[in-house]
Formats: sequence, structure tokens, C-alpha cells
Amino acid sequence: MANVIRRQTPTARLGRGLLYSVLILAALFYILPLVVMLMTSVKPLSEISAGSLLSLPQNPTLAPWTKAWGEACTGMRCEGVGGYFWNSFAIVIPAVLISTTIGALNGYALTKWRFKGSELVFALMLFGCFIPFQVVLLPMAQTLGWLGISSSRAGLILVHVVFGIAFTTLFFRNFYVGIPNELVSAAKLDGAGFFRIFWRILLPVSAPIIVVSVIWQFTQIWNDFLFGVAFSAHNTQPVTVALNNLVNTSTGVREYNVDMAAAMIAALPTLVVYVLAGKYFVRGLTAGSVKG
Amino acid sequence: MSALEIHNVRKEFGSERVLKDVSISIDSGQFLILVGPSGCGKSTLMNAIAGLEPVTSGNIYIDGEDVTWRTPADRDIAMVFQSYALYPSMTVRQNISFGLEMRKVPKAEREAAVERVADLLQITHLLDRKPAQLSGGQRQRVAMGRALAREPKVYLFDEPLSNLDAKLRVDMRTEIKKLHQRLGTTIVYVTHDQVEAMTLADCIAVMRDGHILQLGSPDEVYNNPVDMFVAGFMGSPSMNFIRATLEDNNSGSYQLRIATPGEAELVLPWPEERNATDMAERLNQPVILGLRPEHFSEEDERLTSQAEGTLLSASVSVVEPTGADILLRLPLGEQEVTARVGPKCTVVAGDRLSLRVDMGRAILFDAETEQRIA
Repeated sequence: MANVIRRQTPTARLGRGLLYSVLILAALFYILPLVVMLMTSVKPLSEISAGSLLSLPQNPTLAPWTKAWGEACTGMRCEGVGGYFWNSFAIVIPAVLISTTIGALNGYALTKWRFKGSELVFALMLFGCFIPFQVVLLPMAQTLGWLGISSSRAGLILVHVVFGIAFTTLFFRNFYVGIPNELVSAAKLDGAGFFRIFWRILLPVSAPIIVVSVIWQFTQIWNDFLFGVAFSAHNTQPVTVALNNLVNTSTGVREYNVDMAAAMIAALPTLVVYVLAGKYFVRGLTAGSVKG
Repeated sequence: MSALEIHNVRKEFGSERVLKDVSISIDSGQFLILVGPSGCGKSTLMNAIAGLEPVTSGNIYIDGEDVTWRTPADRDIAMVFQSYALYPSMTVRQNISFGLEMRKVPKAEREAAVERVADLLQITHLLDRKPAQLSGGQRQRVAMGRALAREPKVYLFDEPLSNLDAKLRVDMRTEIKKLHQRLGTTIVYVTHDQVEAMTLADCIAVMRDGHILQLGSPDEVYNNPVDMFVAGFMGSPSMNFIRATLEDNNSGSYQLRIATPGEAELVLPWPEERNATDMAERLNQPVILGLRPEHFSEEDERLTSQAEGTLLSASVSVVEPTGADILLRLPLGEQEVTARVGPKCTVVAGDRLSLRVDMGRAILFDAETEQRIA
């Protein structure tokens, strides 16, 4: 449609105007919750109880943020969500790195070193993408118990890696399918082996899909609540669980500003990741489909 | 000792037999071309030689050593791929030296090899570029450079020119031939282009359905094809196949009668010196007469004493000037044949023309088995 050249008649302009108005309204509607959250998080409690939800903060303050970070009560303890924020990082970073690495190796093996039944293996791995988390809670708890890592950070990392591999394998497999097999044949003739070909030939061209895999895994694991609440002890809880506890701790007045600040803190890393790397994410997902 | 020997190689994918007892042997320095239509097994055979696909049975020897079960890296071969398969993240220099690096050749030696090859292929100015910054022809050169750097015993070329445009293809073809003459390397080259096969090869293997139909020099394959497939595949425009009946001309020699319903009868004498032993059994049976377009020539009035060839007359249906010569399409009996005549010929469609047929070079095939009779 953009390629159609039309004379700008008054009716056409009116139509355009209407179209943009609708779009802007829709955009405002979608951004509203974030704006309200942000505004509420910098209002003193008195202003919240007095004013309306949409009124601008009269005396902006960062006190709710510092309280959410370091003092707010999450259940029995009152140490804020700060510690849990770092907990999340300690879980997310290794889980993302491990699942991406394994996914890349899987994708490489499933496309460039096909074996009898490799398609079946891939189909089964793909199946893993569709398993609801709730289904595996009990068996996973058992397994973690047997392994002796229940309620530990390592246990949570393992759970996320196991679940992530299905997706990362899918990403890498579909990316490597588009890379000519002749490249691998040439490297074999040149004398390179399995890992050398991966490291020197495939990995250097995998940047787009690595970005996709990292962003996907990062947001998935960071935003996870169910595994976090089921498989963690008090000192290994991720920030999502802490946020829940903070909001549900009912002593005295409900501090909406602190709740909002904590929610913002919990959401910040994924927001930052999307803002910084979002375009690479889209590019990576469509990589290969544009190149002729 | 042969540089490459393929002995009864078979390849099966499930129940599908892709290579059926293929045997070839070439000497050091020979240029072997595997040619055939898509799906004839030529690329599979190439991959079997390279070791990229295991064979089902049979043996492959390189320089006398049985390499059938060796990995591609341990066969001392290099390959130029159809898509060039240049490593996209590496510069041209790294691409060329990668194979040497993997073989733990010292750095100084690697650099010398890169210089030598770059000089040979005139790609020195491209050494620090990435493949994406190269044109098709340049990529092709780099791919050859990568193969040449290692100086292996056998070079494999898998349709290396098919991704180039027509003009560049002809240039690179000449270049490959020059390179081969200069370096005296042993080359196995896969193509579906019969012109490449004719121009480059010392030895052509025409393949079809996993068989080698004919293995011989370009001259043998072109002028003495074993069957109608080889005859039709080699040469462009391809050989004319004319349905005829083998007859006795009542004076001890054979002749061919071409069915011409409703027209004057058409009989071509078969040269006696080309008689084959089993022709007597085929008397009055249908055969196929094979005549290449250049076996026809226009009758020149000034040379009335031309003893060679038999005259026939036909009306031209289409005239196709190619510049260098003119292709004429003319009905002959129930089929249409192509004749190649000189560029000075001034016929137009509809003209009736006297053509001389060089029966001394004609080929006779069995109408059923399509095998050659004489």
C-alpha cells in the first residue's frame, strides 16, 4: 500500500488524520499502565490516597524506590527486593549461557551431522516447547531431590536450562538449516573436526541467532515465577517471587508506591534488554529469509 | 600407477540404488569429467571420492592407496564447490590458508602458499577482503585458490562454473584449462554442461541412472557414442535421430529407407566400409539413423564434382542464424531435423534446399535397445 502514489485530496487527508488519531489513541492506551506505575512509584503515600490515579505527582520522591530496594517486607524479612534482584541475575546469566550453548551445539549437530533418527530427535525436542510447566513440577522436584540440589540456585539453573534447550535448539536448528552444508564439507576436506568447524566456521556467523536466543531466554527465565516459587529456598528466590511476597505482605497500610517501585525494579532488566537489543531480535528472527 | 581408481563402487540410499558398480581409473595429470543429466549420480560419485558420503560397497584408491574408509581430510584431495563454500567470516587470505592451518603447516609456509596461489590466480589484491565483498568470478577464483594451496593429489570440481554468467563461464573455463595444462594436476570435474565436458576433458564419463554409459576421450564420446543417450547428450544442437528401415540395395550393400508418406521416396546408401557384422540379421527391420547437424552441408553449385555424401532435398521450415553459422530446421520423413550450414547461406523459411549428407559419419542405432549397431 505504501507504494501506491495517490493525489492528496482533502478526503484522503481527513482519512489519514483519522487513522493517525486512532493509532495514537491506541498507543496511549497501551502505555498508560506503565505511566501510571511510574507516576505512582514516585508519589508519597499521602498523594496516592488523596489524589486520583492519573494525577501528576506534586512532590516527586524516590523514597518508595529505596524502600522497595532495601527495606520493604517480603514475608517475614524486611530487606527489600534488592537481594533477590541479584539472585535473579545469578540464576538467569548461567542458565542463559548454558542453554544457548547447548542449543547451538544441538542445532549444529542436528543440521550438519545428521544421523539416523536425527529428525525424530528434533521433533521430540520441539515437543518440549509445548509442555506446560505445571505438568513437570512434581517430577522435577523429585529429580532435583535425587540430584541433591533442590531449593538451590544450581537446581533452578538446571530446570531453566532443561526447559530452555527445547527453544534454543529450535532457534539454532532453523538458523543452521539455512547455512549451506557445502561449507561444512569444505571444512571437513580442509581437515577440521566437529568442534573446530563449529567454532571457526558456524559460530562466527551465528550472531543474529545468538542475540535472539539470549534475549528470549533472558526474558523467559527472568520473568519466570512458577519454577522460582516451587524450587527455591528463601535465600535463592528470584525477584519475581520476592515481588509477589512483597505485594502480599499485609501489615498496616498498603503501600502502592512501594509495590509499583518494586514491580518496576523487577521489570527493568527485561525492558532494558528489549530497548537495547530489540531490533537485533527482530533482525535475527527474520535473518536468512531476506537474503536471496 | 593410476592417480585415482574407482572399483565397483555402489551406493544405495535405502532401496534406491544411486551408483551401480561404477569403475573408473585415471592416470596422474588427467582431467576426468563426469557428465550427465541431474540425478544421474555424478555428484554422489564425487562425494564418494571426496569421502563426504560412505559407499555401500566397492573401493576407491588414490595414488594406489585404498582410501575407501578414510575421512575426507585424510585422502589428500581438495574440492571446489558449486556454491564455492567460502567461509563467510574469514578473509580471502584466511580462507586459502585454513586447510594448511588445520594441517599444522608453519605460519611462514602458509603465507608463502597464499602468496603463490594468489599470484597464480591474480587475486593478490583481494586477500584481505571477506567473501561477501567479492563478485561471483572472484569468489570462484578464491575457491580454486583454496584448493590449490594444499597441493593435493586429486582435485575435485563440483559444477564450479554453473553459478557464473555466460561470458564469465567461458572465461573461467579457459582459465581452468590453462591452469591444468600449467600445473599438470589430476582433476575430477562434475558438470551437466556438455560443452564444458568437451572442451576441458582428457576423459569423459557419461553417466545415467548410476551407470557409466561411456568412458572415453571427448573425440570418442562425440564421434563414436555407444548409444542414443550419449549421442543425444553430447553436442549442441543435439544429434538428429531419424527412423529408417535397413534394406539391401540388391547389389550387396545396405541402404536406409526413410518413410516419407505422400512424398518422393527417400533412400540413403550406407557406406560399405562401415558395415557391422550383425547388420545382415537386421535387414528390413526398423533402425535409428543418427546424424549430427554438421553432417549436413548445403549443396554448392560450383563444386558439382563433390563425390562425398548423398544429396537430399527438403523444404526449410525454420531458419535460425547464430552468427557463426545458421541452423536450419527441415522436415525429413516423419520427423524434423536440424542442419548446420555456413553463415553465407541465404535461404528463407519455405525454400526448398539441396543438402549433402555425410553418410560416412552417420551412426546407426537399434530402434528398441537404443544401442549402437554401426
